[in-house]
Amino acid sequence: MVPQLTTHWPMTLAELAVGLALTSAGVSLFAGRAPHVLRHLAMPLFGLAGLAALAAGLGALLHPVPLTATLPLGLPWLPWQLRLDALAGFFLCTVGSVSVAIGLYGPAYLRGFEQGRDSLAPLGAFTGLFLTGMLLVVLADGAFLFMVAWELMSLSSYFLVAFHHEQAANRRAAFLYLLMAHVGGLAILLGFGILAAFGHGFSFAAMRAAHLPVGWASVAFALAFIGFGMKAGLVPLHAWLPEAHPAAPSHISALMSGVMLKVAVYGFIRFVFELIGQLHWQWGVAVLAIGSLSALMGVLYAMMQTDLKRLLAYSSVENLGIVFIALGLALIYFGTDHVLLGTLAFVAALYHALNHALFKGLLFLGAGAIAHSAHEPDLEQMGGLLRRMPWTGLFFLLGCIAIAALPPFNGFVSEWLTFQAALQAWQLHSGVLRSVVPVAAAVLALTGALVAATFVKVYGVAFLGQARSRHVRRARSVPRGMRAGQGLLAALCLVLGVFPTWSIGIIDAVPRQLLGAGLPQAAAHGWLWLTPISPQTASYGAPLVTVALAVALALGFWLFGRGIRRARRCDAWDCGFAPPTPSMQYTATAFAQPIRRVFAMLFRIEESVTLQDDGKLRHVVQVTDRTWNLFYLPIARVIEVAARHITRLQSGHVRTYLGWSLATLLVLLWIIA
Amino acid sequence: MTLARLTLLDQMMLVLAAVVLFLSFVLLQQARLRAAIHAFAWQGALVAAVTTVVAASQGLTHLYFSAALTLALKALLIPWMLHRLVLRLGLDRHSELLHRPALAVMAASSLVIFSYWLVLPMVQQNLLFTRNIVAVSLAVILIGLLMMVVRQQAIAQVLGFMSMENGLFLAAVSATGGMPLVVELGVAFDVLVAMVLFGVFFFQIRQSIDSLDVDRLNRLTERHGEQP
Amino acid sequence: MDHRLTILPVAISWTLALGQTLLYALLAPLLAGWVRKLKALLQNRRGAPIWQPYRDLYKLFGKEARMAHTASPLFRAAPYIVFVATWLAACAVPLIAVDLPTAAVADVIVIAGLLALGRFFLALAAMDVGTAFGGMGASREMFVSALAEPAMLLAVFTLAMTAHSTNLATVIDHQLVSMDLLRPSFMFALAGLVLVAIAETGRIPVDNPATHLELTMIHEAMILEYSGRHLALIEWAGQLKLMLYGTLLANVFFPWGIARTIDLSGLAFALGAIVLKLAALGVALAAGETVLAKMRVFRIPAFLNLALLFGLLGLLSHVILEVGT
Repeated sequence: MVPQLTTHWPMTLAELAVGLALTSAGVSLFAGRAPHVLRHLAMPLFGLAGLAALAAGLGALLHPVPLTATLPLGLPWLPWQLRLDALAGFFLCTVGSVSVAIGLYGPAYLRGFEQGRDSLAPLGAFTGLFLTGMLLVVLADGAFLFMVAWELMSLSSYFLVAFHHEQAANRRAAFLYLLMAHVGGLAILLGFGILAAFGHGFSFAAMRAAHLPVGWASVAFALAFIGFGMKAGLVPLHAWLPEAHPAAPSHISALMSGVMLKVAVYGFIRFVFELIGQLHWQWGVAVLAIGSLSALMGVLYAMMQTDLKRLLAYSSVENLGIVFIALGLALIYFGTDHVLLGTLAFVAALYHALNHALFKGLLFLGAGAIAHSAHEPDLEQMGGLLRRMPWTGLFFLLGCIAIAALPPFNGFVSEWLTFQAALQAWQLHSGVLRSVVPVAAAVLALTGALVAATFVKVYGVAFLGQARSRHVRRARSVPRGMRAGQGLLAALCLVLGVFPTWSIGIIDAVPRQLLGAGLPQAAAHGWLWLTPISPQTASYGAPLVTVALAVALALGFWLFGRGIRRARRCDAWDCGFAPPTPSMQYTATAFAQPIRRVFAMLFRIEESVTLQDDGKLRHVVQVTDRTWNLFYLPIARVIEVAARHITRLQSGHVRTYLGWSLATLLVLLWIIA
Repeated sequence: MTLARLTLLDQMMLVLAAVVLFLSFVLLQQARLRAAIHAFAWQGALVAAVTTVVAASQGLTHLYFSAALTLALKALLIPWMLHRLVLRLGLDRHSELLHRPALAVMAASSLVIFSYWLVLPMVQQNLLFTRNIVAVSLAVILIGLLMMVVRQQAIAQVLGFMSMENGLFLAAVSATGGMPLVVELGVAFDVLVAMVLFGVFFFQIRQSIDSLDVDRLNRLTERHGEQP
Repeated sequence: MDHRLTILPVAISWTLALGQTLLYALLAPLLAGWVRKLKALLQNRRGAPIWQPYRDLYKLFGKEARMAHTASPLFRAAPYIVFVATWLAACAVPLIAVDLPTAAVADVIVIAGLLALGRFFLALAAMDVGTAFGGMGASREMFVSALAEPAMLLAVFTLAMTAHSTNLATVIDHQLVSMDLLRPSFMFALAGLVLVAIAETGRIPVDNPATHLELTMIHEAMILEYSGRHLALIEWAGQLKLMLYGTLLANVFFPWGIARTIDLSGLAFALGAIVLKLAALGVALAAGETVLAKMRVFRIPAFLNLALLFGLLGLLSHVILEVGT
């Protein structure tokens, strides 16, 4: 037992994490009668589960060989097996780090819920079950456990999204989410079915050994892409994201956006890169195209939103698009036998997934802090929050800088790596690919600039300027626990940005185990420089840039700001007219107007200015998602028409139904014979 | 074929061909008629320059005459005729409303990549240089046709047609060292006649339907029940 | 060519890099003064002497800085961050010598990222005070940069795909070796980068740096509230940005004269060469600004789409015409 513990401790920790998550769920059942159980017991257990998962993940990344274990559950001939390899370890780290932050944040945040009418037992229970589901999906080593855990994850998040079920909009959002989660789950199940048929077994080991003909492999890939892409929120299957994320409580939105979407990425990588095995560059082009489309549409729609959490949800669509751009590049390079470049793109995708989990989690926790303190979801009513909530403001600023991909934070490193991967397209043999890949990189550049614009808008309208409404003016600083959660994620963002060589050295274990190749040159020039391909091709000295920034800033402050304690205050420039009031500030809609006008053809915009009875002008702008009309409504109409035809079967006569049963029985007997 | 091994004249050809392609993009989305005619004139002048460079690098003296003909016709005479026509039609300052120019440019870029993909099978080493310029010429032809599809103004359609001819000429000059002089003179004469006919025709159209918007030509169908 | 740091003793190269850094900060106001003087001469005025920007900076640093009542600590910190980010970005562009380690620390994408960092904080500072002008400036600036970024990166990608690296030193080395070749892709990239440089540095026809009418401002509207040393830092940062783009255009596309080895005569020659090149660019800029008029804000997308088209054509002509196979 002891030798097993010393070498297999990552797997033990992973099982411990699952156990702690389940315990957290179980303990929450008592929250109905004693609400403070959630704060004192369930959330700390949740955080500990996250910590255990993080430790297990790190251990798996450093461990050379995959570890397995068998759970005493499942069917007799199909037991549930767990496998902890480097890929699973990486995603355990992602899940764990965000969960730890939520464990710190949760207790103070949930205190605001205790006065409500809803019993908190479902909230705590389903949160624990949600984490359990996600951990088991990552650890699963067979299609059976994978699908069970996937369903657990989807169902528990459905209940969490529907927590505030008094409002009809939340119920609709939850229903849409459940519907799409099941459509996606069906696609994944069919994909697994194909693999199981050729592998003669439901375990991943059998599927890995299966040899698929190209046609069936492409069908399986398409099904997996649809299923996992829908869960990851790729356009056009993203419609559930902007509905579900604002409806859920903020720490759940952080979990969903930060972690659940990454679990979908994990599923895609496991399915395509490992279980199917053979990679074709044509798949990569499809993934690259859909990823670019998602990135661009996601950020454009995010720019148009005025609800903070909806904006963050669309921004998740955009970031997942970037992850899939990198994965598409990896598929293209692997499909054309450029293994080193494929590994680079793969590492860029993983890095971006981790980064997104961290900074999106941070941003959602910040949005939750604003909701907790100011009770205001609408960006147009916020303002001046920086002086009322300074710590939240600081951490939210760091999150905005990270998501806008600015040095020296982590978002910049993953975007830099993706650009480097795209720029190596000159090594491809096909001239067509050589021109298409840089165009995708240009789309990535456009989204990067638009993201910066979006988050200038968010931060400028929400935290800077003057408060636009009364309850925002009365907002106060949030409790220490909430600040600690945000601070942890902000610190991780900074660390991953300043020490990319060290981080990539650890992440490198994943492609080495999964695909057989790593990035040997990444630290070739020493730990100070990140040189993913070779020192001559491209290098980024992140610690040096950070140190230079810090030293120069300190020097600047010392040279010019020294001795001058306070700058005298005065009125702002008002052109000689009346002093500026809060309503004279730029609103979020106004900030986005130039971009809205230039990209107008991609949205459905309804804008009107009417003169009201009291002499005031009323300006209404409604920006709706075009995919609803182009994609979802036609499908809904087809389903309705088909359903109406099928209704004719329902004649009401008992004998007709018996006749149908007889006919089916005859056909089945004939087929079996 | 690496760039370093080409002679200076060959490199000039590449540069000129690239600028011809750029001008066809400009023609595609230039809304102002006057500027479009100028762009077309420059395109003709550059095609004449390519002809001169080919003549100099391969020593084909008849191409000098061909270049002079192209310059006189495509860069001077036809733009002047079009300019006069535009003045007579009163469309001098006219600016057309383009539907979604961004989509047109994206379509044009895809056409460029498509024409490159089409000529890729020509992989013989000594043909690579020619093949690339043929790709660019094919792209110019296709973009000219796209311009005729996308634009509504009749004059813009003429420019699209002429730019197709520019592309054909460029392909002929770079691939085969020019066409036989008889063929060239015949084509030039045809183009000139076409120009005159266009001029007459446009007046007739405008008299019939009171505009030069090609989409309004659908009034001539039976369904609308109108008399032309 | 072997990697830079193994050739030179590390101390000398880092000292030289530091020297180049200081040179950037010192020469930037001179370039701005030169352009201003030329514009005045073209407009039949005598104009201020070319070292007037130094006097302006000195004056501003001595003045008291005032802040609006509604300004937050971010407003105070922003000028320093803007200046430092722009300065660091400029340092990574080789000015007089190619072989310096700063080029290995930051490649072209990092330069774009540092400039974006400066722009981010400037826009936030503009929104901080809570006036309409600040919001307008921030909105327009982010709008222009959103459209300029893909154009710039496409042009940069064209260069990177030819030189097989995003490291500016490698690109310049490559261009030095093959400068006699006529490349259509480089010509298009140059044209695209010129247009992007005009947009990013806020010159006519995109933005008028000398305007006093608030509704026509883009960059100036963001710094309306700044005064004293804060304004000095932001003005200096703007001049550094102009010099950055000028050096980028001059040294990457026309790298004649830049020093490839570290010796005093080579460096002095390189300094003279870059001064001449920047002076020539200044003449072209002043002439362009005098001849053209500022466009309205919604004509800017057409301008930047032209830059994007140049970048795209550069890329396509590289793939189709230059590589061959």
